[in-house]
Amino acid sequence: MDQDLNRLRDDALGAIARAAAVADLNTVRVDVLGRKGRVTDLMKTLGALTPDERKARGAALNALKDEITAAIDARAAALEAVELDHRLQAERIDVTLPVRPQAEGRIHPISQTIDEMVAIFGEMGFVVAEGPDVEDDFYNFTALNIPPEHPARQSHDTFYMQTPNGGASPKVLRTHTSPVQIRTMMKEKPPIRIIVPGRTYRCDYDATHSPNFHQIEGLVIDKTSHMGHLKGCLSEFVRAFFDVPDLPVRFRPSYFPFTEPSAEMDIGCSRAGGELKLGAGGDWLEILGSGMVHPKVIANCGLDPAEYQGFAFGMGIERAAMLKYGIPDLRTFYEADLRWLRHYGFLGIDVPSMTGGLGR
Amino acid sequence: MKFTLSWLKDHLDTTASLEEITRTLTMIGLELESVEDRAAKLAPFTVGYVVEARQHPDADRLRVCIVDTGTDKVQVVCGAPNARTGMKGVFARAGTTIPGTGLLLKAGNIRGQASNGMLCSAREMGLSDEHEGIIDLPADAPVGEPFAKVMGLDDPVIDIAITPNRADCLGVRGIARDLAAAGLGTLKPRGVVKVPGRYASPLGVRIAAEGIDPAPCPLFVGRHIRGVKNGPSPKWLQDRLMAIGLRPISALVDITNLMTFDVNRPLHVFDAATVARGITVRLARAGETVAALNGKSYTLTGSECVIADDDGALGLGGIIGGESSGCTEATTDVFVEAALFDPLRTAASGRQHQIISDARYRFERGLDPEAVFEGMEAATKLILDICGGEPSELVVAGAVPDTKRSYPLRPSRIHALGGLEIPADRALAILHRLGFAVEPAGDAYRVAPPSWRGDVQGEADLVEEVVRIAGYDAIEAVPLPRETALPRPALTPLQRRARDARRALAGAGLVEAVTFSFMARAVAERFGFGHPGLLLANPIAADLDAMRPSILPNLILAAKRNADRGVADAALFEVGPIYLDDTPDGQLSVACAVRVGATPRHWGSPSRPVDALDAKADALAVVTGLGFAADAATVATEAPGWYHPGRSGVLKLGPKTVLAQFGEIHPAILAALDIDVRKLGGPVVGCEVFLDRLPAPKSKGTRARPLLKLSAFQPVERDFAFVLDAGVAADAVIKAVRGVDRALIAGVSVFDVYQGKGVPDGKKSLAIGVRLQPADRTLTDAEIEAVGQKIVAAVTKATGASLRS
Repeated sequence: MDQDLNRLRDDALGAIARAAAVADLNTVRVDVLGRKGRVTDLMKTLGALTPDERKARGAALNALKDEITAAIDARAAALEAVELDHRLQAERIDVTLPVRPQAEGRIHPISQTIDEMVAIFGEMGFVVAEGPDVEDDFYNFTALNIPPEHPARQSHDTFYMQTPNGGASPKVLRTHTSPVQIRTMMKEKPPIRIIVPGRTYRCDYDATHSPNFHQIEGLVIDKTSHMGHLKGCLSEFVRAFFDVPDLPVRFRPSYFPFTEPSAEMDIGCSRAGGELKLGAGGDWLEILGSGMVHPKVIANCGLDPAEYQGFAFGMGIERAAMLKYGIPDLRTFYEADLRWLRHYGFLGIDVPSMTGGLGR
Repeated sequence: MKFTLSWLKDHLDTTASLEEITRTLTMIGLELESVEDRAAKLAPFTVGYVVEARQHPDADRLRVCIVDTGTDKVQVVCGAPNARTGMKGVFARAGTTIPGTGLLLKAGNIRGQASNGMLCSAREMGLSDEHEGIIDLPADAPVGEPFAKVMGLDDPVIDIAITPNRADCLGVRGIARDLAAAGLGTLKPRGVVKVPGRYASPLGVRIAAEGIDPAPCPLFVGRHIRGVKNGPSPKWLQDRLMAIGLRPISALVDITNLMTFDVNRPLHVFDAATVARGITVRLARAGETVAALNGKSYTLTGSECVIADDDGALGLGGIIGGESSGCTEATTDVFVEAALFDPLRTAASGRQHQIISDARYRFERGLDPEAVFEGMEAATKLILDICGGEPSELVVAGAVPDTKRSYPLRPSRIHALGGLEIPADRALAILHRLGFAVEPAGDAYRVAPPSWRGDVQGEADLVEEVVRIAGYDAIEAVPLPRETALPRPALTPLQRRARDARRALAGAGLVEAVTFSFMARAVAERFGFGHPGLLLANPIAADLDAMRPSILPNLILAAKRNADRGVADAALFEVGPIYLDDTPDGQLSVACAVRVGATPRHWGSPSRPVDALDAKADALAVVTGLGFAADAATVATEAPGWYHPGRSGVLKLGPKTVLAQFGEIHPAILAALDIDVRKLGGPVVGCEVFLDRLPAPKSKGTRARPLLKLSAFQPVERDFAFVLDAGVAADAVIKAVRGVDRALIAGVSVFDVYQGKGVPDGKKSLAIGVRLQPADRTLTDAEIEAVGQKIVAAVTKATGASLRS
């Protein structure tokens, strides 16, 4: 290549390399490639050459022009990157600052536990039924085979409502969710599979009793369900609910006026070292009451006990939540202490399901 | 129900271990509450012989004793006044923990004399309050033997829970019968013999309750016994009663207590000398009084069954005896009562007068009607054996009621109902051992319950008896078969609302509380309480006497409690019932939220007090969270009186249905709740959403959404600022704008509200953004201008606003 072109090339690349800012590159671009630039000037001299010389020198000039352009572009990109980097460094913020407040809500353990129980029993074909808290004596007691002066009534510590008009037997605050068994059987034709989570009331207030608490009731009425089904259904339930697949279970005879035979269910636990742990541990913990629905109760609802039978069960929701989540004190459920609610509560997005899981 | 192992073995011939017995009790429905093995606690204590007791050289009240323990001789310094040479006492070696005090006994030196053990008092042994001196054991007590064994305390005390149906197990014999049926030995025969009467009873008995059904006292058997000597009962009887927590009183009383707990046969023994002429069983006379054995006097109402003499009521039948006719040390002639009382009347009277007694507990559960005579004979024998005397002939009023009945038992039902596979002969053998009479009847059997099992009322009870004794463990667990291949939804659309409302409010940052359904009436009345049938007759506390008409006060008070604990700015919600009347329809499901104080302090956004619009946002979070289009509801300023009248509103559907109410809580209400807003750091706002009142989703038969039509043309945003009277609702402006062209106007937003400099007094500036979305072409400038003019005209017409210049 011609000497002059080499010199021009060295000058230009040198200037490009020395450029400290994009503005310096523009100077180089004008000086070399501009309308009055050195390459342009040399282009203008091509006309005086022979065709062969013109062809060779023209190609050399074009190549030089492309090389310088590329060098400028490359240097410009590098300078821009440095400049951007400088600017961004200057824009630094304190990312350790706390974010703008977005309050995190909580679901109460009672609600979460009910949702979990509904998810499990729903999988077994149960649907949720409801009934009033202020209940007739008939549904709460008499229809459930608990006539007046029955000894079982005394253990219920019933709240009675005032009777402003006198006369009729006072309404009660339901002492259990069992009246919904009656309301459902009187309204619907079997097969029936319901669960009834809800508020219940007993006139008792101490470390282990709250005057207002929650129960879940279950009722299965058809023509064939027997105590083997009761055992199967409830064993599956407690194992799923407590998430202990090999949880030992035990059924013991007991007495409820509205079931015959009646059973209490215990789950296995260990109390070693004063700490309660669910699972095989040689000890037992009472978890629920159950039994085959008493023929008189079925008859009281207008169904023929010779044709229909089934089982029922009931358990305390707070107690189940306490056992599952290690909550030590029943009374704290109703105190609305935000510290407690944040500690034991659940996020709104924790919707229990059998497919997604029942808890975190 | 407490009893000791040896007491049980009086009735049950068994080789079973204590552990087997207690486990079996639980598994046949007689749930074990506790076993107290007193011998284990007393094991370190032995019989010691005091070889020598001499005066302590340096202490007047102490003696230095040398105790022969059977294996060695130990020096003990003792302070008891009765410590003396040659006595036998209870020795505890150093290193033993003393049960009565819980203290560890250490070897020591008392005023220069070594003491390496202790001679114990009854109080130190945890046996009684006696601490006047050390226990003085009989001279024949073998030295070195365990004290518990010598004293007959090596007999474990078993406590079981008896369900209300098992009246028969309120006596040890009934428990033994159940255990025998379960295969733990055999029931011993009782061998009660009739005691012949030597003379006619000077006291007669008459039941004066004709025509009352059921009979208050179907049967009364009495016997006069003369020449008895009442005094302390023998040690075996006292020990037995003390083991189950009863205080020995006198031989005659102790015998009745023994009969109660041994064979479940309550009795009463009158001092015959105090009874005026004959005994009459009758209903009480209204106003009549009884001075009872518990030292209390009861004024009767007329429904009670009383045992009376000619002077008046002596006691409440089946519940409690009278003070005046009770036995004393001086009693020589007695009249023994063995009777039956109507369970319902007994329960009602006992409850009415709040008398709890072992007799009432048994009579109200129903006693064996055929065991009355037997009980009388057994009691007579005990009295004659212990107190001597001469028995009269029996006097009988009424008769043994006929409770004989039988039920069919189809062996197939044991599996069909009880889920238990068991051969019929085994099932029948169980019933037989429990005392049931079984007779074949075609393919099935007829089973007659024994007289003591009044609870057995049908085939299901018979199945239970078989399954209970065979053991629930023997029932095979079977999965509940599914009725459909896939489960149906467990919740109805209405039930889902409560769940969804909770999740929506938790998502909005509020924390769920669960509070009581009742509250103080005075508070309730400020929140619309108005139905007298919603007052509790027996509230657990005076401030929990009314069913809540609103959840708000509970949450407001909870927020205050949290603030008092230093947890400020509560945002709480509850989804639960409120009560408007005492019918099922009067119970509504409400989502209620309360916020107090201010928004959080933060470096990037200033804290501000919460306001009514925060409460409105919470209400809308519920309404929209339940899938309801919020703009279908109108906002009206007609919230109830517990809200601030100028800072509250309701969401309405149509003219009548209030879906929700929200706003700042009225200051007077807060004052009534004793809430100081300054301490909360801001106001109290709340909302109540009535979940039942939201319209039911239309059943369209499809879950498909309407077809989405997206415009291909550019939307246009235009802003307007109006000056208008400060009292004009923003909603009026928005409605006017929307009304201009519902197809074209896709959205209206309020982005500024301003009062102050530049805006005349009594006026405000309201700036809105309007989004125009053409469907079929791009809008021209002229068209946009034309819509803008229409918008200004419409707002001006509707609200009197002018465009801000």
